[in-house]
Amino acid sequence: MLVATVIMIIRTQKLMSAVLMMSFFSLLCSCIFMVLDAVDVAFTEAAVGAGASTIFFLAAIAIVGRTSKPSRPGKTLVPLIACIGTGALLVYASFDMPYFGKVDAPIHQHVAPRYLQESAGEVGPPNVVTSVLASYRGYDTFGEVGVVFTAFIGVLLLLGAGTRKAGIERPAPPNVNDESMRQKIVLREVSDLVVAPVLIFALYVQWHGDFGPGGGFQAGVIFASAIILYALIYGIVPAQQLLPPRKLAYLPGVGLLLYAGVGVYSMLMGGNFLDYDKVASNPLDGQHYGILIIELGVGITVAAVMINIFFSLSERSL
Amino acid sequence: MLAGLFNYWVVIILMMAGLYVVMSSRHLVKKIVGLNIFQTAVFILFISMGAVDGGTAPILVEGTTLYSNPLPHVLILTAIVVGVATTALGLAIAVRIYEAYDSVDEEDIAAMDTEDRRQENAVTTVTNTPS
Repeated sequence: MLVATVIMIIRTQKLMSAVLMMSFFSLLCSCIFMVLDAVDVAFTEAAVGAGASTIFFLAAIAIVGRTSKPSRPGKTLVPLIACIGTGALLVYASFDMPYFGKVDAPIHQHVAPRYLQESAGEVGPPNVVTSVLASYRGYDTFGEVGVVFTAFIGVLLLLGAGTRKAGIERPAPPNVNDESMRQKIVLREVSDLVVAPVLIFALYVQWHGDFGPGGGFQAGVIFASAIILYALIYGIVPAQQLLPPRKLAYLPGVGLLLYAGVGVYSMLMGGNFLDYDKVASNPLDGQHYGILIIELGVGITVAAVMINIFFSLSERSL
Repeated sequence: MLAGLFNYWVVIILMMAGLYVVMSSRHLVKKIVGLNIFQTAVFILFISMGAVDGGTAPILVEGTTLYSNPLPHVLILTAIVVGVATTALGLAIAVRIYEAYDSVDEEDIAAMDTEDRRQENAVTTVTNTPS
């Protein structure tokens, strides 16, 4: 099924269908992750791959055009041979891989048993993924948030902060009663119904990430997708009145500083950077507060980055 | 053997398909689609390695002792979000290239570049001859 989808993507010349097939591909992958017991990853893939990244691609092909020229026949031969050659080498290498699902594979012998057995006593949350993400590997996650932030700065430098250049007239905000909005009545009603629950769901995912699947990364993307849905249905101008891009551009920094702030605070309290044991008098409470705050920082950064990128890309296509 | 390695072989096929799109396609946005496919194949590889026969999702509950490995889940979870941010950066670069060249076709852009360089060389030779 996955392979068939990918072959469709390779063969089609229409970018619109390639992007939609990629969205479908992401949804399939999300189901596969679910089957492989990776609930947090499935959650993220569904929100990001099938939601946010598809929207970004659609916004980009709205600017650059929908069709690609077919590659010349001679040009495809060399990549094809190279890919088949590399693939054959990788298949040869795969014979050394431990079989799928084996309990005694090397990957399950290293740090994972400790995470699974000790995290309840050392960190607290029943969701081990959250413990590892926010506490054991807090440095890694801090770095990842930094990468998201850096990518956002790059988009900002390339495309501007989602604000119009001076001298270009903004399109008037669509009137609810005019003809084009009346035709979109189904979309409008459905989005009215959906946006508020999605926002609340994002907050639930944010704060419940310790106990069930979820956390700052997922919550941020879900929150952003509610705002993006609003912007798609009602137009970008009302969405920007709701969240002015100039102010929104500060938020990714705020989230990152919140994360770093927890680290600095734990240093001031006499621990190492991001050592939550020292955040409160009781180490387990400290872990709990530390994880909550850094997940909030992650959520703010991710949500603000996604909305900002969407504004930047869609302002260009107006 | 077939059942044990099947996941990895699917991953390899997907990975090579992504690589093929990146190398053979002329449209820059489609190249980014190819990169995304490649990236997702890597995700499946990691998650497959973390899975355990008879295991369950790594959320601690009473009465279960066998969980899948949480470490790849953490790595891939963050990688997905970082992936979409870098994809957006790639798309932003493609949009800027379109604004500068009025095309996102790799070969057209290369042709325009060679044309520019030829003209620049012609201009320098003309200005150099009088002296």
